[in-house]
Amino acid sequence: MKTLVEELRERFPEQVRSSGEPVSGQVTILLSGPDVTGIVRHFLDEYQARLVTVFAEDRVSAEGVFYNYYVFDRPGDPNLVILKVPIPKDNRLFPSLAAELPAVNWQEREIQDWFGLEAAGHPNPRRVALHDNWPDVHPLRKDFPLDTVLPPFEGEQHVYRPAYGEGVFQIPVGPVHAGIIEPGHFNFAVAGEPILYLQLRMFYTHKGTEKLFENLPIHRAVFLAESVSGDSAFSHGTAFCEAIERAAEIEVPARAQFMRTILLEVERIANHISDVGAIANDVGFVIANAHAGRVRELMLGLSETLTGSRVLRGMVAIGGVRRDWQRAQVEAIEDALKIVEREFRDLVAIVHSSNSTRERLEHTGILSTEKAKMLGIVGVGGRASGVDLDVRRDHPYDAYRHLSFRVPIYQAGDVRARLQVRIDEVGESIQIIRAAAAHLPDGSHRAPAQRIPPDRCAMSAVEGWRGEIVYWVRTGDGDRLERCKVKDPSLNNWPAIVEAMEGNIVADFPVINKSFNLSYSGTDR
Amino acid sequence: MFRILQKTFSVGAATADYPRVAPHLAEQFRGCPEFEFDIWSDARPAAEACPTGAITVFDRDRMRKVTVDYGRCIYCGECEQATADGAVRMSRRFELAAADRRDLVLTAEYKLHPDGRHAQLQSTSSGPGADDTPRRIADAIQSLLGRSLAIRQVDAGSCNGCEQEIAALNNPVHDISRFGIHFVASPRHADMLLVTGPVTRNMELALRKTLAATPAPKIVVAVGACGISGGIFGTNYASMGGVDAVIPVDVYIPGCPPRPEALLHGILLALGRVRQRRL
Repeated sequence: MKTLVEELRERFPEQVRSSGEPVSGQVTILLSGPDVTGIVRHFLDEYQARLVTVFAEDRVSAEGVFYNYYVFDRPGDPNLVILKVPIPKDNRLFPSLAAELPAVNWQEREIQDWFGLEAAGHPNPRRVALHDNWPDVHPLRKDFPLDTVLPPFEGEQHVYRPAYGEGVFQIPVGPVHAGIIEPGHFNFAVAGEPILYLQLRMFYTHKGTEKLFENLPIHRAVFLAESVSGDSAFSHGTAFCEAIERAAEIEVPARAQFMRTILLEVERIANHISDVGAIANDVGFVIANAHAGRVRELMLGLSETLTGSRVLRGMVAIGGVRRDWQRAQVEAIEDALKIVEREFRDLVAIVHSSNSTRERLEHTGILSTEKAKMLGIVGVGGRASGVDLDVRRDHPYDAYRHLSFRVPIYQAGDVRARLQVRIDEVGESIQIIRAAAAHLPDGSHRAPAQRIPPDRCAMSAVEGWRGEIVYWVRTGDGDRLERCKVKDPSLNNWPAIVEAMEGNIVADFPVINKSFNLSYSGTDR
Repeated sequence: MFRILQKTFSVGAATADYPRVAPHLAEQFRGCPEFEFDIWSDARPAAEACPTGAITVFDRDRMRKVTVDYGRCIYCGECEQATADGAVRMSRRFELAAADRRDLVLTAEYKLHPDGRHAQLQSTSSGPGADDTPRRIADAIQSLLGRSLAIRQVDAGSCNGCEQEIAALNNPVHDISRFGIHFVASPRHADMLLVTGPVTRNMELALRKTLAATPAPKIVVAVGACGISGGIFGTNYASMGGVDAVIPVDVYIPGCPPRPEALLHGILLALGRVRQRRL
C-alpha cells in the first residue's frame, strides 16, 4: 500500500518535494512551485476530493517566499491533505482555479487583497475583502503594522453589474438592514417580481481579525476566536484551541473533551431553535417564532448554568475548559433537555400544522446538489441539498468518536429541506448530549498550562451549527502566533444564496436568506 | 388552529417582570468583576491576563496607577483567576449602563514595594456620576411621543453576539413592547439608534448616514464592549474603535454581550425611566 505522498510523487515527480512533519489529523505536502492546476485536478477527479479552503502566508522575511495552502478533504480519509505551495516574492503570480472551481472565487481574491499576490486568470479579479475605496495596501503582509492609520475614504467607488431592459430594475438593500441583523449589501436585479440575479457585497464588518491574531498572546487570542462570529462563540473558540493543541501536542483530558462536545451541541440546539422560529416568522407565522424564542431562552439558561454565560463565552481554554462542573450542573442538563425536547416537539408540530407555511417553504429557494457541490457548500445548507458532509462524523474530534448519531441528508434543496435538517439535528443533538453526559468521565477538566513551542503548524476542523469551521495556525516565539487562518462555513456558503434566489420573488428573499442564516462577521472577519 | 391556541393557553404568560422583579440568574452567572482596592496586593497579573486591556497599570517613581475600564470588560473572569489575594471577584452585577463614558472607569493609585507589589493605597477615583443628558433628551422625546419609543438597531461591525441578545428583547420572555418600545425598519422612523461595534472602516459612512437620516430629537446608545471601546478589536487598520469615535453617544451599555436585562436597563436609563447605578 503506497502512501499518498509516494503516489503523488510518482504522478507528479517534478512537483512533489516532501511531506511535512506529521500532525494528528492532517498531511502536509510541499510542492516545488505555484502551478497546482494538474495536481488539483488529480485530487478532484481521482479522489473525488473537496477543496476545503485556500489561503496564503507571508514567509518572505523568514524563508524568502509566500506560501499558498490548498486543503483537501478526501472521502473516507480521516486526514485532511494540505498542499503547501511556495510563491516567489518577486513573481507573485499563482494560477486561479476560480473559473473551474467557483468555491475559491472569494478566497483567491482575499489572497490578492491581503497579500498582494495575483490570481492569474481569475474571471472576476476585483477586490472583495478590502472595499474598492481602500488605498493600495496588503494588511496581512508582515511589513504592514496592525495599527496602520489609513487615510479617510473618499466616496463610494464600487460598481455593480448594471441591469438593462424594459421593466428591469435594480433594488439596492443594505448595508443597514431592516431587521436586527448584520450588515451586507444585496443588489437585486428584478423584472417585475421575479429576481433575475442577485449581487452580494460583503466584508462590511471586516475588522482585521486575522492580523490581530498575530498581535495577541495566544492565551488572549482564545477570546478573539470567540468574537469571530458571536453566535458561534463556543465552536470558533473550540476550533481555535484544537488547532493550538494539535500544534503543541497538548493532550486534552477526556472529561474536557466530553464537556466541549456537550457545549458544542448546546450551541447548535439554541441556534437551530431560533432559526426554526425565524424561518416561520419570515413567512408571517409569528406565533411559531414566539414559541421558539421562549424555548431558546431555556437553552440559554442552561448555557448560563454550564458556563456562566448565556452565549457560552469564557469557557473553552487551550488544553480543555476553564471551569469544571459540579454534579448539580450535570443534572441540570437533563432537567433542561426534558423540557426543551417536549417544547420543541410542540413547536415543530405547530410549524407543520400550517399548510400555508408549508406552501411558502416548499420549492422556495432551491439549491441543486450539483450547484451545491460546485460551490463547495457545507453544513446545513449542504446537507439539505444532498451534500453528505459532517466534520463530527468524517474527522471526529473531542468525544464524537465515542458517540453515534445520524447525519440528516435531504435532496430537495429548498427552504423546507433546510428547516427539516435543523429540526432533525436538534433531535440528534439532544441524544448526543444525553449520551455524553451519561458517560462524562471523571478527572481533570484542563491540561496543565505549558509553553507553546514556536514554528509549529496545525489545522483543526469543527462542525459548528452552521457547518465546517477551519482554523490553521503557525506558532511563533514568545506565546505569539505567526499566522492564524480562520474559515467560517459562511465564506463559501454565501454564493449559494445567489444561486438559490434565481427565479424567486423579492418577497421570498428574507426567508431564503434566513434558511441559510450565514454569518457576516465570520465571513468578513 | 386548535393546536396553536391550546399550546398558547397552556403555556400562559412567559414574560419576566424585569425591572420590577430581579431576573432569574443561574448560580454560575458571571457579571462584572469587583475590586477591593485596599487589599489588592498586585494588579499586574490581572492586567496581564485581561484579554481586552480593561485593566491597565502605569508605574512611575515607585507609584502605580491602576485603571479599570468597564467599557472594555468582557466578564471573562481571567482577572479573578489571576489574582491570588481575593481582591478581584466576579460579581453578579450587570446593570452598568452609564450616560458618561468616564462613569465606567475606576482608578486607584498605589505606593509600591521595591518588588513591584502594592505597599499602600493612596487614592481611588471614579467618574463624575450621572449627569442630566439622557434626562433632557428623554424629556424632549416624552413630550413629543408620550411613552413610546422607536429603536433602529445598527450593527456597525459587531460579531453578532450583541445582536443575538438585542433580538431576544423581542421574544415573549423579555418582550420590550410592554414598555411601549419597539424596533423599526428605518432610521427615519426612529428615536433611538442602538449601535453595536467596533465601528469598522467599511461601516463608518453607513453609520454616519444612518444618524443623519434619524429625525431629531434622537438618542444614540452604544452597546457592548466593542460598541463602547472597540473591545478586543480595539482600533486597527480596519476598526475605528467604539461608536463615539464616529458619532456622539448618549448612553453606554457594557457587556459581552450585555444580557437582555442589561440592555433594557440601558434603554430605560436613556429614557430617564430608571436610575444609573454607581459602580
